[in-house]
Amino acid sequence: MARAVDLLTRPFNPGEFVGPFTNAHPGLGGVCTFVGEVRPDDDVQALELLHYEAMTLAGMEDLADRTIARFGLMGLLIVHRAGVMHPGEPIVLVSAAARHRREAIQAVDFAMDHLKSDSWFWKRELRGGVWSWIEPRPQDHADLSRWD
Amino acid sequence: MSVRLVFLGKLADLAGTGERELPAPLDWAGLNAALPGPLGEALRQDRTRIAVNGLLLADKTTLHAKDGDEVALLPPVSGG
Repeated sequence: MARAVDLLTRPFNPGEFVGPFTNAHPGLGGVCTFVGEVRPDDDVQALELLHYEAMTLAGMEDLADRTIARFGLMGLLIVHRAGVMHPGEPIVLVSAAARHRREAIQAVDFAMDHLKSDSWFWKRELRGGVWSWIEPRPQDHADLSRWD
Repeated sequence: MSVRLVFLGKLADLAGTGERELPAPLDWAGLNAALPGPLGEALRQDRTRIAVNGLLLADKTTLHAKDGDEVALLPPVSGG
């Protein structure tokens, strides 16, 4: 299980993915896991992530391959939600297994920056019964340029 | 003989639909002519990209879609 990439349209429990992923890599020196959840900001009632069937999953798989190669990982797990989510629900899970901790930690940071600002997702929020699109932030670009 | 246009993100709101058929072949000039108003303006913004059959065009003005192709209009992403 060197690379596992999933795009899910239903809620998921990160622990159900991380346990088997860790067990599949005996001999590892470290596993770093990040879970992103829908923040209960202000009056956000729901969040929707839209994707494009022809590109989103393929792009995530390509990102996973680049992350594994760049950090010399033993394995990488990426699980991303699409569809409508509510505050407190997991949106994204990235877990990296490596011989040494730094590669695992940096790989997760790298993958998250690219999932947030260089993957084919479009996000909108429901506030007060009105949906509005979330525009990219300058910070996303700055986060990405750290890895150039 | 048609090309399937797919509108992603807020472009689907501007178009009032997620998909639309246009006659093939379809190039950049033809696409602009078919999408007047705010949708055409969004199309011409630098950060709006075009993919044909899932492959991103490095230069969207080189669009040359033929019968059966799927042309996706991609606004800037905001994911994760």
